[in-house]
Amino acid sequence: MGFFDRLKEGLQKTRKGITEKIDQVLVSFGKIDEELFEELEEILITSDVGIETTSKIIEDLKKKVKEKKVIDPKMVKELLKEELVSIMQDEDTDLNLNTSPSVIIVIGVNGVGKTTSIGKIANLYKQRGKRVILAAGDTFRAAAIDQLEIWANRVGVDLIKQSEGSDPAAVVYDAVQSAKARKADILICDTAGRLHTKKNLMDELNKVSRVLDRELPNSSRETLLVLDATTGQNAISQAKTFSECANITGIVLTKLDGTAKGGIVIAIKNELNIPVKLIGVGEKIDDLQRFSSQEFVEALFE
Amino acid sequence: MSLFEGLSGKLQETINKFKGKGRVTEKDVKDMMREIKLALLEADVNFKVVKDFINKVSERAVGQDVLESLTPGQQVIKIVNDELIELMGRVQSKVTFSSKPPTVFMMVGLQGSGKTTTSGKLASLLRKQGKSPLLVACDIYRPAAIKQLQVVGSQLNVPVFSIGDKINPVDIAKAAVEHAKLQQHDLVIIDTAGRLHINEELMDELENIKKAVNPHEILLVVDSMTGQDAVNVAESFNNKLGVDGIVLTKLDGDTRGGAALSVKAVTGKPIKFAGMGEKLSDIEPFFPDRMASRILGMGDVLSLIEKAQEAFDEKKALELEKKMRTQQFTLEDFLEQMQQVKKMGPLQQVLSMLPGMNSKALENVDIDEKKMLHVEAIIKSMTRQERNDPSVINGSRRKRIAAGSGTTIQEVNKLLKDFEEMKKMFKAMSDMGKHNKKGMGKFRLPF
Ligand SMILES: Nc1nc2c(ncn2[C@@H]2O[C@H](COP(=O)(O)OP(=O)(O)OP(=O)(O)O)[C@@H](O)[C@H]2O)c(=O)[nH]1
Ligand SMILES: [Mg+2]
Repeated sequence: MGFFDRLKEGLQKTRKGITEKIDQVLVSFGKIDEELFEELEEILITSDVGIETTSKIIEDLKKKVKEKKVIDPKMVKELLKEELVSIMQDEDTDLNLNTSPSVIIVIGVNGVGKTTSIGKIANLYKQRGKRVILAAGDTFRAAAIDQLEIWANRVGVDLIKQSEGSDPAAVVYDAVQSAKARKADILICDTAGRLHTKKNLMDELNKVSRVLDRELPNSSRETLLVLDATTGQNAISQAKTFSECANITGIVLTKLDGTAKGGIVIAIKNELNIPVKLIGVGEKIDDLQRFSSQEFVEALFE
Repeated sequence: MSLFEGLSGKLQETINKFKGKGRVTEKDVKDMMREIKLALLEADVNFKVVKDFINKVSERAVGQDVLESLTPGQQVIKIVNDELIELMGRVQSKVTFSSKPPTVFMMVGLQGSGKTTTSGKLASLLRKQGKSPLLVACDIYRPAAIKQLQVVGSQLNVPVFSIGDKINPVDIAKAAVEHAKLQQHDLVIIDTAGRLHINEELMDELENIKKAVNPHEILLVVDSMTGQDAVNVAESFNNKLGVDGIVLTKLDGDTRGGAALSVKAVTGKPIKFAGMGEKLSDIEPFFPDRMASRILGMGDVLSLIEKAQEAFDEKKALELEKKMRTQQFTLEDFLEQMQQVKKMGPLQQVLSMLPGMNSKALENVDIDEKKMLHVEAIIKSMTRQERNDPSVINGSRRKRIAAGSGTTIQEVNKLLKDFEEMKKMFKAMSDMGKHNKKGMGKFRLPF
């Protein structure tokens, strides 16, 4: 299966939801009027795009419709698609991992899919012939280390861990030393899930970052924020607050295999300009796909 | 957040627009409802739920009498809030226990919603209420899920039933209940694997567990940060299993938690607990009124409304009255009153609620808000001792206070003098109030 097919498969639910509804709307409206825009607005809002971004998109759409003197309601859909693509566009969705070792640190609130995504990412790069090491930086949650260890064994990569309750910064420090000694290409650090509103836990994350700054000053680093597609408007707050303590380079949007639309990433890209780099479409090891804005939106509106 | 502040600000404007009208008109309601709708959507309440809610509330609000102390805008907010609480469930719902122990609870929900942690929290909470719980590890899919429950169990010193991840969860559940009977556990809490509501195979598995052990409570665990999709999830789980209650998790964050409303609205099932943190003691009963105010995001407005209605709470009022009568009312009290007053808006209205105040008399009261600020600054520049006993304020202290508050010695003098007069006045008033309520002449406040 090619990449595009798998993306489509993963997004089927999402797409079906949105496009079916959009088509319904377009069929039931012969002309372009306020009601048509309201219905389109509703579709975006029920996809968790949020009010502000939805309003912006619809306003821009109205302008375009006027400028281009569009009279066919179906064309409105094409324009909306264009608008969404232009928001989600990003030059490179590839992970920037140019040095050996490079570092990926994975952060996010509780239960969004950090550890699972790490397993999948490790597998992706192992398949590409990279030497990957995992760091068990979640020393807090019960059995979090065991969970990552099972993934490490599944993928067949090394895991650096300490005991539950130890200092995550110390674990990461250890892992960096091992990565250097074992000439690893990529070090992936798991972190404990934390609500962005907890100051002390965010400080702890900072400390981990500083260890990486100090020990690997010249290494490429990806800081990936994992967002659950089921999350509503709070994801914006998450993205904002995590940005304040870490230089987020991309989003991993998980659980797109459900019925949630994940539209909040459109708001986040629009407001904070953080690109989505990867998507999670299941619990299995290869249920991870690269995000492409073009294809993402294409698949939504097929 | 900034977006929301914007909305709330707009709402405030709308609220304040129609001061001093007697009845809520259709137009008042329409203006307000647009803002309410946005506020609810921004809080992640499902679109359809919002629509139904707005229609219902609009109908109720039009033509309502406006309480004397409120503006029509405030009145509408009050109705909205009341209806939200009504929808959330007015009373607190508790879990119940089977008359034939062991009682079986079954925890279900999406991946990552917090089932395992919540299972532990419930075991701990209910053990404190005299139950002897047994935790059951039925998540055979997620790596180390069983280990996680075992760690939680050992942290709490609650036994965990597990027979590994090679056995069908239905059989695990059955065996666990048998085990509980033998070991005299009167409560069995089954932790199931997280699953998508559209995964038929796994949803069937839940149905089979249900058939096998006939749980007394099936509790749907929902992440309070969930967006629009919450309705689909809740509806699917409820249709398949008939859930008995909902546990809302991760409420210690800054989510508005509109999912709570969505889930309640589509299932009609009560929310029974709120998860408030990662510690195993961080679980609370669910308070519908608090949740309503959180979702509406207008705690300030709501408490203002409450205050406007109740003026001061009983105890404070009594205290104040006593202080006034016995002339123990200090500048400290005065400052506090002023700050309350500032939060409450229309001064006349607030003053009319001061015990012993006669609202007729207040019609003559002339209030200069800017002077009020000066007064506040002056009092704030005093030491605690000075506020409590102004007699110590000598010449050099006056100078310092004037400099500190950016006012003049004359202003400080005037305040002190007015305050003494006011104290006397209060005493006279409350004495008078006890005998007859009318007959006060022109009355001047120090601002
Ligand atoms: N359906 C689906 N489930 C997923 C996906 N990604 C992760 N999950 C599941 O979500 C649950 C939580 O995943 P974890 O990887 O443990 O999440 P986490 O962010 O590491 O959680 P904490 O470390 O506890 O904060 C697990 O049951 C995963 O199998 C996805 O893309 N789709
Ligand atoms: Mg994890």
